[in-house]
Parts: sequence; C-alpha cells; structure tokens
Amino acid sequence: MKKELNPQHFWSLTITGTVGFFAFWYLARGLQFAPPQFLPMPHEVLFKLFELMDKPFAGATLPEHMVASLKRFGMGFGLAALVGVPLGLSMGWFRLLDDVITPIFDSVRFIAPVAWVPFAALWFGTGIGGPTLIIFAGAFPPCLINAYRGARNVEVRFLEAASMLGVGSFKTITEVLFPAAVPSIIAGLRIGAGLGWLSLVGAELIVASSGMGNLILRAQSALATDTVMVGMIAIGAIGVVIDILIRRLEKILLRHRNA
Amino acid sequence: MATIKFSDVSRVFKRDGKDFLILDNINLTVQDKEFVVIVGPSGCGKTTCMRMAAGLEFPSTGSVKVNDVLVSGPGPDRAVVFQQFALFPWKTVYDNIDFGLRGQGIAKEERESQIAHYIALMNLKGYESAYPHQLSGGMQQRVAIARAYALNPQVLLMDEPFGALDAQTRVVMQEELVKVARKNPRTVLFITHAVEEAVYLADRVVVMTSRPGKIKEILDVKSVREAEKWDQHSKIEDVMDQESFVHLRTHIWKSLREEHAGSDH
Repeated sequence: MKKELNPQHFWSLTITGTVGFFAFWYLARGLQFAPPQFLPMPHEVLFKLFELMDKPFAGATLPEHMVASLKRFGMGFGLAALVGVPLGLSMGWFRLLDDVITPIFDSVRFIAPVAWVPFAALWFGTGIGGPTLIIFAGAFPPCLINAYRGARNVEVRFLEAASMLGVGSFKTITEVLFPAAVPSIIAGLRIGAGLGWLSLVGAELIVASSGMGNLILRAQSALATDTVMVGMIAIGAIGVVIDILIRRLEKILLRHRNA
Repeated sequence: MATIKFSDVSRVFKRDGKDFLILDNINLTVQDKEFVVIVGPSGCGKTTCMRMAAGLEFPSTGSVKVNDVLVSGPGPDRAVVFQQFALFPWKTVYDNIDFGLRGQGIAKEERESQIAHYIALMNLKGYESAYPHQLSGGMQQRVAIARAYALNPQVLLMDEPFGALDAQTRVVMQEELVKVARKNPRTVLFITHAVEEAVYLADRVVVMTSRPGKIKEILDVKSVREAEKWDQHSKIEDVMDQESFVHLRTHIWKSLREEHAGSDH
C-alpha cells in the first residue's frame, strides 16, 4: 500500500525530480548524446515557445495551430460523446439493440484510429472532416463501452423503483440510467478524450495542413528540433488541460451526490 | 375496489441445480381498503409474496391477481415502498415524488397540489429541494411513502419499510403511517418481522411458517381494535399497553417462536 506523504515531503520530492530531470537533459548535451542541433536544450525550447506565440511557423503561430487542432478535436470528440453515450446507455437498456450492435462494434473497435487515415482522407478530405473521423474512431469506443457498462451496473432497486413508478424507457434512460452511470461515463470520456487527442496528432502528421501534428512534421523536415519539442510539449499540456476539464465536469455533475 | 388475491401460489428457486421450495400453496385475499400485514421468520418468503403482487417476481405455480387481473409486471397502480427506500439520489425530494406522476399525463398544477398535500402529510415541508443524502433515514422513508401515496395507487405494497430505521424513528413512523392509513384507507400489503408493528398497523395479521413458507394462521386485529377502541389513543405506547394488544402480540410471538424451534437454524 502507498503511504500518504505529508505536503512538505511531497513538494521536496517533486522539486528533486524536476531538477534531476533538467540536470539529466543538460548532461545529455554535455556527454554529446546527440549532435547539438538534434537535442535542443530546455532554455532554447522555452525561447522558441515564446517566439512561436506570435511568429508564424508553417503558416500559423503556435496558438493558431493549437486552435486548428482543438477545433478538429472538439468536432471528433464531441461527436463521439454525443453518439457514444446515448447509444451505450440505450444498448444497456434495450437487449435487442445490444445484440445487433455489439458484434459489429467489437470487431471494428480494435482497428487503430490511424488505420482510418486513407479512407478518412478519401471520404472527408484533409481539412476538418478527415481528421474528425479519425478522432471519432479513437474516442468513440471508450465513450460507448463505459456508458454501456454504467447502464448495466445500475443498482436493481433504482430500476425496480422506476418500473413501479410507471416510468417509460426514454425517461428511464435519461433520468435513471444516465445519472447513475455518470462516474462510468466520465471515465469513458477521459479515456476517449485521451485516445482521441493521441489519434488527432497522428492524423495531422499524415493528412492535415495545419495543427499541432502538422507543425511537428514541418519542423522535422526543416530540422527545427526546438520547434518539434515545443509542439510536443504543447500537445502534452493540452492533453492535461482536457483531462482536468473533464474531471471538473464530473464534479459538477456529481455535486449533489454523497461521496 | 382493489383486491389482491393469491391463489395456490408456490414459488421455487433454483440453486446449484436443485429446487428450493420457498413458498408453499399460499391462498390469501386482501380485501378492498384492508391493511394486511404478513409476519414470519426471516427467509419464509414474505418479501417474495409482496414482490409477486408488485410484479417484480412471479409465482412458479398458482396466480396472483390484483382486481381480478393477473399481475404481469410492475406499475403505478401498485406502489411499492422498499426497505432500502430506493429514492433516486440525483433527484430532489420534490422530483423524486414527481417522477412517477409526470408520466401519467396529470396537469402540472394538479401534480403540484398533490405533491404539496403529501409533503405536508408526511411532515416534509421545507425539504422539497433537499437531496436524499441530506436527510435522515426516517425522512428518506417518509419521502418514499409520500412518493408511493402520491401515485394515488389502488394498492400499496410495503416491504419492511421501517426495518432500516432506529427504534425511536420507527415508532414515530408507525404512528404517522397509522394516521395516514386511517385518513386515506387503501388496500395495503405490509411485510415485517416485527410483531408489535404488525399488530399496531394491521386489520389482519398473516403469520407464516419458516421455509417453505405457508400461511400458519390469520388473525383479525381490526375487530379487536374497534371493540377495544385503540384509536382513541394517539400514542403507540398507550395502544401497546392495552390488554387486548398484549394478548394478540403474545399469541403471535408464541406462534413465531414455534417456527424458530421447529427450524434447523
């Protein structure tokens, strides 16, 4: 079992880890782990980050690239959540729907999102449609599966109470299954958002003409390794922010429940 | 008119490939507006009886009819008060009560006045917008009872509704239920293992044997209550002091004790 650290201890360890990491980074340069232009130093990356805030690279500034990526992410993830959650809940309620969809779904969901790239590009183009499909392919399965599991695990007494009250299928799904499944749904959204965001960068590396993935790709061909690193850090940071926002959403949705 | 009729009802559970008879040939008719309490040792199948009337379970042989119609599933004409309340934690007190009414095509104003009536009746005024976890166990069960009454059901089914409450709260709830039940007489099937509760609430008490559950005897409490004028006492302890009450209670106690002595555990 993990022991709880007191806050002071926690911070000193965090600082030690961070300092150690950067020391190791600088040390790698000193030991000539790679040619200098292949391994930018932290301060160089930081300067590049500030520079890219208003100086365009590959046709757009860093915030513009971010916005381009986030737009695609929002479309793909939003679609995955809007379709996956209601469908998963409905599958948890209607046996027939479960039996029809589950076999198809189970065979499709193991296809890596990036494998959809060729068809995504052919069907929906490389602007916003194609990448949206790829993000959707990444985010959809966890959204659906977790909503489905949440619906199946609803306590029987709630379902019995609803049926005794004469509540119909639609209201049972929206007012019993959905609220009862919120913790599971949120877990699905978090995994889905993570997979979707990962898939997006993969997709942009291949098809898009803007966005974070594209920024990294163009920087690589220009041998601008510091820009590549800025792109990587920004991707990681946005991922963390998305995750935090979804956890906030959970807190809001569960604010009236007992812990 | 609302009656519950159990005809030759038996119930078999399968476990590890073996059949277990838990209810054996139950014949019972709960008359219109009658308050019938089933008492019995734990595991005698009394809860199963109630769940069959609710349409949450079904007999293996025989039939359960409400108003001469075979029970085929749950519905708001047979409101259930569960032992564990089964309130929706994400709904307020008001919304918990309203949830069943909304589907019945009743106008909003009428629902509002109906809910307000039962909220007042169950002493829940001021708690309309509270969530269940903010309430004590006794108050939660009051909400569950208000929810059941507000459906205006023909039949009320209560499965040890006060079983999860502490002794003091329980007494208060019993007194309140008696007041509500005498004011709004309904056909009630009430399950409990508490003998005093049974005698205090019931028109008739059905005593069951241990598994497999059979009806051992049926006692007419109503005639005693009316003859001895129990209802002139507002406090439960005064009723319980009546010689006629003690007599009935002791009789049922002995009857149940025989069942314990007769069973293996």
